Amino acid sequence: MSLALNLPEALTDKAFHYCPGCTHGIVHRLVAEVIDELGIRENTVGIASVGCSVLAYNYFNLDVVQAAHGRAPAVATGVKRVLPEQVVFTYQGDGDLASIGTAEIVHAAARGEKITVIFVNNSCYGMTGGQLAPTTLLGQKTTTSPLGRRENIDGYPLNIIEMLATLRAPAFLARTSVHKPSMVVRAKKVIRKAFETQINNEGFAMVEILSTCPVNWGLTPIQALKWLEEKMIPIYPLGEFKLPGRS
Amino acid sequence: MSKVLMKGNEALAEAAIRAGCRYFFGYPITPQNEIPEYLARRLPEHGGVFLQAESEVAAINMVYGAAAAGARVLTSSSGPGISLKQEGISFLAATELPCVIVNMMRGGPGLGGIQAAQGDYFQATKGGGHGDYRLIVLAPNSVQELVNLTLLAFDLADHYRNPAMILGDGILGQMMEPVILPPPVNIQVDKPWAATGCKGRNRNIVNSLYLDPQELAELNDRLQEKYNRIKANEQRYDNYLTTDAELVVVAFGTAARIARQVVDDCRLRGMKVGLFRPVTLWPYPEKGLIEATGQAKRVLTLELNTGQMVEDVRLSLRDRIPVDFLGCTGGILPKAKDVYNKIESLIAQKTLFACG
Repeated sequence: MSLALNLPEALTDKAFHYCPGCTHGIVHRLVAEVIDELGIRENTVGIASVGCSVLAYNYFNLDVVQAAHGRAPAVATGVKRVLPEQVVFTYQGDGDLASIGTAEIVHAAARGEKITVIFVNNSCYGMTGGQLAPTTLLGQKTTTSPLGRRENIDGYPLNIIEMLATLRAPAFLARTSVHKPSMVVRAKKVIRKAFETQINNEGFAMVEILSTCPVNWGLTPIQALKWLEEKMIPIYPLGEFKLPGRS
Repeated sequence: MSKVLMKGNEALAEAAIRAGCRYFFGYPITPQNEIPEYLARRLPEHGGVFLQAESEVAAINMVYGAAAAGARVLTSSSGPGISLKQEGISFLAATELPCVIVNMMRGGPGLGGIQAAQGDYFQATKGGGHGDYRLIVLAPNSVQELVNLTLLAFDLADHYRNPAMILGDGILGQMMEPVILPPPVNIQVDKPWAATGCKGRNRNIVNSLYLDPQELAELNDRLQEKYNRIKANEQRYDNYLTTDAELVVVAFGTAARIARQVVDDCRLRGMKVGLFRPVTLWPYPEKGLIEATGQAKRVLTLELNTGQMVEDVRLSLRDRIPVDFLGCTGGILPKAKDVYNKIESLIAQKTLFACG
């Protein structure tokens, strides 16, 4: 029997700790495949964040620096300024990037820091038990919005990609999803573009990837994929919001 | 080497460049702004990077990233800014990343004021951030020492893989004095642990998360073993007329300059008074203090705060000698006359005690 697909070299053989039905594993694999295909594994430094993906350093088979909650873009800035020839990427969730780390992501983007940001949005705080996130949808129940998110109490969801698209510096901004196979294929292309933007020295690149959290959403994995498609995509539309060379 | 007249903050910044530091990340705050301003001009001339971060929080995390990538890196701030940096400082200590952090202290708590004070002693020497960790803390008392200790701080940070702090104050940063600048050092420190891309070696991970309690305990044991080595090897201090001193004044930084003048006044009047000046505040130079107070019947600690280092003085002397404290806050400096009067009254009490 021939093997159709090998483990990417940019992944270790350690089993993911992610919950059943969570799409972090898919995103990890896509990032690793892109790194392999671009041949940059030995020239890349990853920045792990805080949240469900805090253990990313166990999975990515490359140099990794683990950062404090929300600070990955600042840490990446420090690494990249010292090692301008290397590829530097952060891997962050929405609690990390859109809440405690808003200042860091906005200013890294505004500086046009030549890094790649992988932003996984599952509309809640996953690791700490499903609390309200800045990306939680209106009406969405979480452990800290038990009656559902209400705009007069918790405000509106934050569309980070659209916000960053108002800045001059970012070179590549896109939102994608991994809720069905065709989208996974497309997401990989978008992630590849985000890395190529850095390799081509074109500037700050970020991909938001809509992701599921079946356990904290209280849904089965199949229901969660459907919920992502029906509820999240209308609020977080997919597409490329900024491309290199077009400001 | 000729002497040049330089402002403390600028001399420190020049010393960092001569120590091989090529990266600075910071955020403006008075009274240390001449450090970033000087480096904004000079670092690019040396092929380095100056970056003004959006906050102190971001600045210290940029330091963390640069240190993880193997660079000699500096940040500087003052009290309120150092408070914001504590999260990152805890991470730097946990991951054993070398860097130099400058605190040109101002008065606190809160926003406080912009005049010199020494109220951040506890924060610098007892942790400041979360968890069990220590910084190497160096306390200059002149522009020349700002230069010398900055070079030393980079060396100690690299040697022990630990953040080092220069704990100065607004007066030291702002004063101008003649200074001899050392020639640039050309040190290539081997940092095989740095995250630079894993070409030709196994991958490197810089991380401070230990979910297994046993592994976390092992990290803390390893850190404590390192701190014990630093305690054994790096206690630094300066003695002035302590050999026969019956009363020893203990003071660091700017307070030590005032104390030294008072010691001279006392000697002119035939009083056996000396000065013990800690240069490392952590590790606290307790061996030196015990020696310096060998003949002393009383000790007076002089600080620009409400009494912080006095606790380390008492711990070091273990109640062997009575320890008194004199302090000023708000950026007000103790007058030499007030210190003299305090010493005079203490000596009188001693005589009374001896007779009674």
